[in-house]
Amino acid sequence: MDVEAARYLGAGLATIALIGAGVGIGIIFGNYLAGALRNPGAAQGQFTNLLVGFALCEFTGLLGVVMAFIILFT
Amino acid sequence: MASPMEQFEVRPIVPLHIGNLDISFTNVSLWMCIVVGAAALLLTASASSRQLVPTRMQSIAEMSYVFVADMIRSAAGTAGLKFFPFVFTLFMFVLFSNVIGLFPLIHPFTVTSHIVVTFSLAIFVFLMVIVVGLARHGLRFFSIFAPNVPLFMLIVLIPIEIVSFLSRPISLSVRLFANMMAGHTMLYVFGTFVIGLATAGGALSALSIAPLIAITGVAALEFLIAFLQAYVFAILTCIYLNDALNLHEHH
Repeated sequence: MDVEAARYLGAGLATIALIGAGVGIGIIFGNYLAGALRNPGAAQGQFTNLLVGFALCEFTGLLGVVMAFIILFT
Repeated sequence: MASPMEQFEVRPIVPLHIGNLDISFTNVSLWMCIVVGAAALLLTASASSRQLVPTRMQSIAEMSYVFVADMIRSAAGTAGLKFFPFVFTLFMFVLFSNVIGLFPLIHPFTVTSHIVVTFSLAIFVFLMVIVVGLARHGLRFFSIFAPNVPLFMLIVLIPIEIVSFLSRPISLSVRLFANMMAGHTMLYVFGTFVIGLATAGGALSALSIAPLIAITGVAALEFLIAFLQAYVFAILTCIYLNDALNLHEHH
């Protein structure tokens, strides 16, 4: 296979990591909302944990994006 | 079409060399100076009026102060307030470089979209946490690697804790850099698409209004992400500081 073609395929495959990040972020915000609706009083206190969880989750997906950029542009 | 990565190119403005060392004043250095200058100017100018009923600018400075102080108090307890100047500087630097990088027309350069910048910040936080922990607790600081679990679980957990501790500067820096780089690349790619469609002529030009509206929404989202990433960077610094200050007690 042509190296250039393999490169584009590889970069495309690397973005599969974003599926996991999307699912994870959905779970985090969905569960936060479900919890917040059941106990609105406790919601404000968990906002920090929400954002930290979001950041940790997003990081795994972004690693895939960085991988795609490295494959494409180096 | 130019590569979407071209906007991240580092170009020397004033070339300087000491031996084999390249210490040129680049566009990154220039924009870093602008970021620091803008943050310092805005905060000092708006805090200097000191009226009892704050003006709009004064409330911006006061709100950011209270915001960061509350963040430290909730994540690291009152002991963490000693590090307020550090965390506030970090937060303001990251926030201003993220937001200034998004301004249109002035062709800004987002300094946080380079891993060398974010990694320097992150490794500084990492080393400071170790120094603070060792200074405060001595060798007991290493008990953060041993959570409160049965003994046989420790065999598994201690290596995991050590790896997760050592990966902190990497995750802290890559998160910020990847968010900024991915965001700017995405804006560039979508923007080129809108321009290409608008200049295609005929019905396609009329259609280009839809992606234009979409990219305006994406740009607004980027402002949210710029703030959120600065917040996450600062709050994770506070959480790491809490580990060093209070070992296993959470606040």
